Amino acid sequence: MKWPTPSQISARSLRVWQRNFSIYRQNWKISFVPPLLEPLLYILAFGVGLAVMVGELEYGGEKISYTTFIAPGLVSVAIMYNAFFETTYNSFVRMYYQKTFDALLATPLNLEEIILGEMLWAATKSVIAVTLMTCVISLCGFFSFPGTLLLIPLALLGGLLFAALGMICTALVPGIEMFNLPIFLGITPMFLFSGTFFPLQNLPNWAQVLAQFLPLTHLVTLARGCSLHVWSGDLWFSLLYLLVATLLLLPLAIALMVRRIVV
Amino acid sequence: MPILKVESLRKNYGTLTAVDGISFDVQSGECFGLLGPNGAGKTSTIRMLYGYTPRDSGLLEVFGLDIDKGLREIKRRIGICQQEDSLDPDLSVRDNLIGYARYFAIPKPEAERRADELLGFFALQNRAKDKIMVLSGGLKRRLMLARALVNQPELLILDEPTTGLDPQSRQLLWEKLAELKKQGLTILLTTHYMEEAERLCDRLVIVDHGRILVEGKPAALVQERVGHSVLEIADPDQPLRDFLAREKCRVEDLGSRLLVYLDHGDELFLKLTREVRAEGCMLRPAGLEDLFLNLTGRELRE
Ligand SMILES: Nc1ncnc2c1ncn2[C@@H]1O[C@H](COP(=O)(O)OP(=O)(O)O)[C@@H](O)[C@H]1O
Ligand SMILES: [Mg+2]
Repeated sequence: MKWPTPSQISARSLRVWQRNFSIYRQNWKISFVPPLLEPLLYILAFGVGLAVMVGELEYGGEKISYTTFIAPGLVSVAIMYNAFFETTYNSFVRMYYQKTFDALLATPLNLEEIILGEMLWAATKSVIAVTLMTCVISLCGFFSFPGTLLLIPLALLGGLLFAALGMICTALVPGIEMFNLPIFLGITPMFLFSGTFFPLQNLPNWAQVLAQFLPLTHLVTLARGCSLHVWSGDLWFSLLYLLVATLLLLPLAIALMVRRIVV
Repeated sequence: MPILKVESLRKNYGTLTAVDGISFDVQSGECFGLLGPNGAGKTSTIRMLYGYTPRDSGLLEVFGLDIDKGLREIKRRIGICQQEDSLDPDLSVRDNLIGYARYFAIPKPEAERRADELLGFFALQNRAKDKIMVLSGGLKRRLMLARALVNQPELLILDEPTTGLDPQSRQLLWEKLAELKKQGLTILLTTHYMEEAERLCDRLVIVDHGRILVEGKPAALVQERVGHSVLEIADPDQPLRDFLAREKCRVEDLGSRLLVYLDHGDELFLKLTREVRAEGCMLRPAGLEDLFLNLTGRELRE
């Protein structure tokens, strides 16, 4: 396996980003609907339907409503979904069916830049989604400012992490239908067991330990801390986890894609 | 200095040797052909020229630049029309050209000017706003070719540009390529259509199993290796075979058909039709196809 070197990467990566962005912009009206509507649906369902049964819960020494508790979880899940689905299904279609990467390889771009550009774009989608969601949720009064503004750089970091994870899957799956596997075994368990919908303390000890290995757990921890202004030392640990994981997984994703495509 | 220099180029896929020591060069302003049946190694060779596929060994120089050192510069100055369509289905015809120009860092106004010029050249103006999905195979190929020219390349590389096209589209593409050649563009072309090679190529190589079998100018090669003309005889009988044996002709026996290679004139043909029989006998000029089939054999390929 050939690891990418910094000398292989140039600003040309942004051309790939630009390509994807210009196509996203063509249908922005449709792309904007899910991040605007989804939080409203969840807040309605959980805030009206479920919260009455759950009541309040304690977080950071304060009593908060159940809806307030899950709002940062929703944002974190959106970061994960937007980036991961972009570099799995969408990148796979561009690579395999549309031969977009083939076309780009006949230009001054190299494969490393193309893959990096794809991941940057996927992270951008997370940022766009989080920005829109945050507006809606803030208007409903669930988030505190200015801490909530930190969700945007957090979306970039988490987006890059999940973009890299998705790209690694793309580099490894034989066909597009195989993405079901990492989704079923990785994404769905994370969605449920990363402290998104209930405090991790509710889980048995061994499961709490396991959850500490999941990237979404740390994303949720940071998102909740920032948007609800509950500052603790744990946040630094989670940030370190995300930074280290991202810095490892980004080059790994590039290397695996190079291994897949270059024969 | 040649525009492109290829020396002892090799490529293996596992145990399969796809390119087995190919050497040739392309001079400025010429159209050079890489002819070969399916699986001969044409695409593998082309892909190594622009770094898509790493080579196992051999030397590659484009514009005098070593490919390992100057790949970006090389890619900036060549145009590649790949065998498979790789147009962007999310963009319109015109935006495919403008979008592609971005990868070459061509400023937007200049890109728009070139896109419109190329749409005109390839008679695509009326389709400028169409999506790729609705285009026919011939239109897609024209757009692929237009896209390969958007960076005003000094060397145009075409991998089977007309495979699968209807005769009308093929004729149009040939006209356009001939026009580009006249403007002084250097072209490297792979094909297995002999008519294409005869019409466009100044020089060519015939490759099979990753090796070059012959190199030269098409007309001279045919004259040298096949002869002046070919006499085709359907349903040959014994008296006819005896006659050909007496005349000591070069005969290729395909069972129900004989091919007789003649070096000059039509005396033998006249004698045959006068003395033995006339029906089922046809005299035609020797062509590249005769040479190609003689060299690469008649058995079917993948
Ligand atoms: N990516 C690949 N992996 C394995 N074998 C390949 C690959 N690409 C081409 N080949 C094989 O290499 C040989 C030459 O292929 P190719 O260069 O595509 O020939 P052509 O373009 O002349 O039809 C064929 O036998 C083909 O099956
Ligand atoms: Mg080919």
